[in-house]
Amino acid sequence: MIHQDSKTILEVSGLRAAVDGVEILKGVDLIVKSGEVHAIMGTNGSGKSTFAKVLAGHSAYQVTGGSVLFEGRNLFDLEPEERARAGVFLAFQYPIEIPGVSNSHFLRLAYNTLQSQRGKDELDPLEFEDFVREKMRLLEMNPNFLDRGVNEGFSGGEKKRNEILQMALLEPRLAILDETDSGLDIDALRIVTNGVNKLANKDNAIILVTHYQRMLNYIEPDYVHVMRGGRIVKTGGKELALDLETRGYDWVGVERRAPASA
Amino acid sequence: MSAVLQNLINQPYKHGFVTEIESDVAPKGLNEDIIRLISTKKNEPAWLLDFRLKAYQQWLKMEEPKWPNVKYPRIDFQAISYYAAPKPKKKLNSMDEVDPELLRTFEKLGVPMHERAALAGVAVDVIFDSVSVATTYKQKLAEVGIIFCSISEAVHAYPELVKQYLGTVVPVGDNYYAALNSAVFTDGTFCFIPKGVKCPMDLSTYFRINTEESGQFERTLIVAEEGSSVSYLEGCTAPRFDTNQLHAAVVELIALDNADIKYSTVQNWYAGDEKGVGGIYNFVTKRGLAKGVNSRISWTQVETGSAITWKYPSCILQGESSVGEFYSVAVTNNYQQADTGTKMIHIGKNTRSTIVSKGISAGHSNNSYRGLVRIAPTASGARNYSQCDSMLIGDQCGAHTFPYIQVRNQNAKVEHEASTSKIGEDQLFYFAQRGIGSEEAVSMIINGFCKDVFQQLPMEFAVEATKLLGFKLEGSVG
Ligand SMILES: Nc1ncnc2c1ncn2[C@@H]1O[C@H](COP(=O)(O)OP(=O)(O)O)[C@@H](O)[C@H]1O
Ligand SMILES: [Mg+2]
Repeated sequence: MIHQDSKTILEVSGLRAAVDGVEILKGVDLIVKSGEVHAIMGTNGSGKSTFAKVLAGHSAYQVTGGSVLFEGRNLFDLEPEERARAGVFLAFQYPIEIPGVSNSHFLRLAYNTLQSQRGKDELDPLEFEDFVREKMRLLEMNPNFLDRGVNEGFSGGEKKRNEILQMALLEPRLAILDETDSGLDIDALRIVTNGVNKLANKDNAIILVTHYQRMLNYIEPDYVHVMRGGRIVKTGGKELALDLETRGYDWVGVERRAPASA
Repeated sequence: MSAVLQNLINQPYKHGFVTEIESDVAPKGLNEDIIRLISTKKNEPAWLLDFRLKAYQQWLKMEEPKWPNVKYPRIDFQAISYYAAPKPKKKLNSMDEVDPELLRTFEKLGVPMHERAALAGVAVDVIFDSVSVATTYKQKLAEVGIIFCSISEAVHAYPELVKQYLGTVVPVGDNYYAALNSAVFTDGTFCFIPKGVKCPMDLSTYFRINTEESGQFERTLIVAEEGSSVSYLEGCTAPRFDTNQLHAAVVELIALDNADIKYSTVQNWYAGDEKGVGGIYNFVTKRGLAKGVNSRISWTQVETGSAITWKYPSCILQGESSVGEFYSVAVTNNYQQADTGTKMIHIGKNTRSTIVSKGISAGHSNNSYRGLVRIAPTASGARNYSQCDSMLIGDQCGAHTFPYIQVRNQNAKVEHEASTSKIGEDQLFYFAQRGIGSEEAVSMIINGFCKDVFQQLPMEFAVEATKLLGFKLEGSVG
């Protein structure tokens, strides 16, 4: 929700990034304020996940230009784990499996790391168990997921729920959800988006990366951006998503691109 | 990332110091005279000298095994000294009389001994180079009829028992290094659990190689009579030298009807430096004979040290319904090489074996699992389950699996599972994205990976093993 006394959470200017010497992001501009929900849409390969991972600090990507301020601080001064502790959260498009590491142990360590960072009390295993179960109820997750390895053998949809569970535990300032809707059936989508809506408030912000408009029926965006060729080429309101649904992506940004970048 | 991982896995060896004690060292080289010298020094009976000489004769005719997946320059067996004993000032009656320098060494190593041993409830038979220096708890164990002493002592005090069992599981000519050990072994541990006795505490021996250029050839013999049980812990460390040292031990276990022997090792011999200079050649033969019905032999090993490890703790499942187990974690880093695994030989009916092997390779190291499961025609209803998992850290290291399965009975069931995984950038990034630093992440992943094996270790040992893996694989991150 756009509101008056909101603060700027994220300020991205002219961001460029490369992987293995190939430039993928070619000047991304984006401002995100507290209380807002931004959707970033675009075809496969347009650079959406790259953008998300660059913000989170994945070491495979080299930032080659531009700047990113997170709550006024230079984001690139922070190590990936420091960004997380500062409140940047990424729900991965493809959450990785970590066999043998119990999910509950992992979740508790992540939770307690943030709690101590925020000067709050850490929870012992028993207290955490109660706490996490409550969050799991919100996402209608079976508690036996706690005893399994992190994402180990989870279905695509289960992995996505586990990501949102982590969002619920960590209460980030900025949550970037990378195609959280893919792999979810319609019931799961409703449950997960409902969970996300409950977590959204006037102090935090959400960036939804998706290429389907269907998720936006459940989480209403304040802005919709279209990414193409590593840049945001169009920004509009939620009606833009509907436009994209009917007209596809081909027409977007064409008018802007023509002369300079040939 | 590779810089991060490199830091993580490079951690200096903590036990690298030499204790300055005058040693009584035999001249270098191996021949019958040296063997006679060892036997004389130890005041041995004639049958044992014969045992040694027979082994030596066989060894002369044998070839060093070439099949392990390891590389090292030829060992000059004539450049090794085969006997080194710290010179005690006089005969020792109690721990207080032990050379304080030696005690400080043990303290640095964290050996639970003396009062600490009492508190921890651990009986420690300490082997320093070749001679057993002190034995604690012997008294308490003696009350229930358990014999726990150095093998030299046993040769004199219980010659019949030693003679009856020595070399019955690992014959003198079994393999090159076992033959060498049989010829020149200087000390080791003897443990005898009589009928029906459950050993009231874990028995523990810390081995330590101290003199440069002195090979260590210790010999362990554990016999569990009908219905008895024992858990034995072995920990090893060695100081750092630039030269390589040979360690060729033999361990024999014998379990009679319904007896149960659990043998746990945490091996942290000096592994050489980060360039691969120095370190122990750990060429060890360990074998258990599950001789009686329902007997059980269980090996658990955490191998983190040595420049080269060549070791296959095995079980011969002779008794009907006997059980063999092998749980192993082998970690290699820098230029370490490990070729380790087990042999499960099923002879008796309804025998069962379980193999769980976890290999972790980092740096430029090479880590091989080699395992044999043999089901003899007599072993109807035999079952084996094997699981071999490898984990790679970085991309300069290697992991290999060599499973050999020979089934000669149609009513047997053998299952083998294997996996290879990698601690990659993406896993570490996932942890980092949740606020967890790479050092903690690696330790969590490794402990998760090794969980099935650590679970088998006695509590204090599991803690030690976890820490050791921490030292080994973590470092100066951030
Ligand atoms: N690690 C990588 N190595 C090589 N190419 C990559 C890598 N990551 C992304 N790319 C390339 O960057 C482009 C953008 O990918 P991505 O950000 O995943 O797009 P999206 O999420 O929008 O589908 C694609 O062409 C993809 O192939
Ligand atoms: Mg993507």
